[in-house]
Amino acid sequence: MASEAGEGSTAGMDDYETLISTTDVELLKKAWRNEKAAPEILRFETSLIQRIRGQIQLMEENIEEFAGSGIDPLTVSLYQMDLDRTQYLFRSYLRIRLQKIEKYMFHISKNPEVQSRLSEQEKGFARRCADDMERHLEESVLSKLPDNYQDTVKQSIISEESDMRFSWF
Amino acid sequence: MAGQSDPQLSLFSAEEVEFIAEDEMVEIVPNLRMDALNFVCGDFGPFFPQLATQVPLWLAVALKKRGKCTIRPPQWMTVEKLTQVLEAERDSQRVFEQLPFHYVEISRLLFDHARDDIPDVYMVRSLIEDIRDVRFHKVETNLESLNERAFALKINNLSAMEVNIVRPFVGRALQAFYKHDSPDLIPDQDRVSDRRPQVANNATRRHLRR
Repeated sequence: MASEAGEGSTAGMDDYETLISTTDVELLKKAWRNEKAAPEILRFETSLIQRIRGQIQLMEENIEEFAGSGIDPLTVSLYQMDLDRTQYLFRSYLRIRLQKIEKYMFHISKNPEVQSRLSEQEKGFARRCADDMERHLEESVLSKLPDNYQDTVKQSIISEESDMRFSWF
Repeated sequence: MAGQSDPQLSLFSAEEVEFIAEDEMVEIVPNLRMDALNFVCGDFGPFFPQLATQVPLWLAVALKKRGKCTIRPPQWMTVEKLTQVLEAERDSQRVFEQLPFHYVEISRLLFDHARDDIPDVYMVRSLIEDIRDVRFHKVETNLESLNERAFALKINNLSAMEVNIVRPFVGRALQAFYKHDSPDLIPDQDRVSDRRPQVANNATRRHLRR
């Protein structure tokens, strides 16, 4: 059931053998490691995530069938372990990205290049985050300040310049 | 929750490093007959009694726990090999010996779950602990030689656990060197408070010129 990687999705792999034999799970693991290590949000792996999602769904259905059809419980539990591991990577990848979006929500809303790295759902999430935060700040604090002091961005402790440089390591 | 480890401590939690290590291949000898397993992460089997086969470490441990196989310790996990490595580590101040990237995690998992499959297990365990100590001490000593000209750090043959522990420190250290070395590059917010109001400055200057 190990699906092979699509040709376009593994940039930098010159070895043809490596290219055709890398499983999606290994690609997901690589994307997960990169996302964990990078201080800024990286490009969303749309096709990889779509494939993995499909495989996870397929596997979940299979396990249900197995459990019903009397295949021995050892095999079922091993398949379940493999599924759990894959799901962990998948969820962790998405959660790390969401954490970064929450952290940099204002930067993202001002920066179309960064926005282009998000998936459609993530873009929606980022927009809702920023809107909610703005409304919250408005209602609880800013509306009570004098007129010139009501701008969210100006009051924000998020610096206008990108301070990404110094978290490079 | 998946993937919520604290980035201040280290990039990957110890459990996450172990998770990555569990995909390493290891040899087992099953004692049962089982059809091929078509996992999302790969295809393994079919399994025949007494016929050795390669599987990922997590699968090997799962089967071992249920008494369905024995695990063959990897080539490097023998008293002879490890004694060689330990002596070589002790002999050199700066060079690290070639060890599998995940040697700490692999040996830990095997000690915990497959102790009876390892010959001279106590000796092996004590050798690996000594190797870990010597290597880590070497890392610490070498890090002391970091000076302001360092932009990046390259250490050969470091293992996964060692890298994971050292990484946050090295990152912050290099950052601190960078920052203290080139103060003009950073619009230092503290500087603003140093500036006195213009009027007072002019007044002072005029006074001194008399």
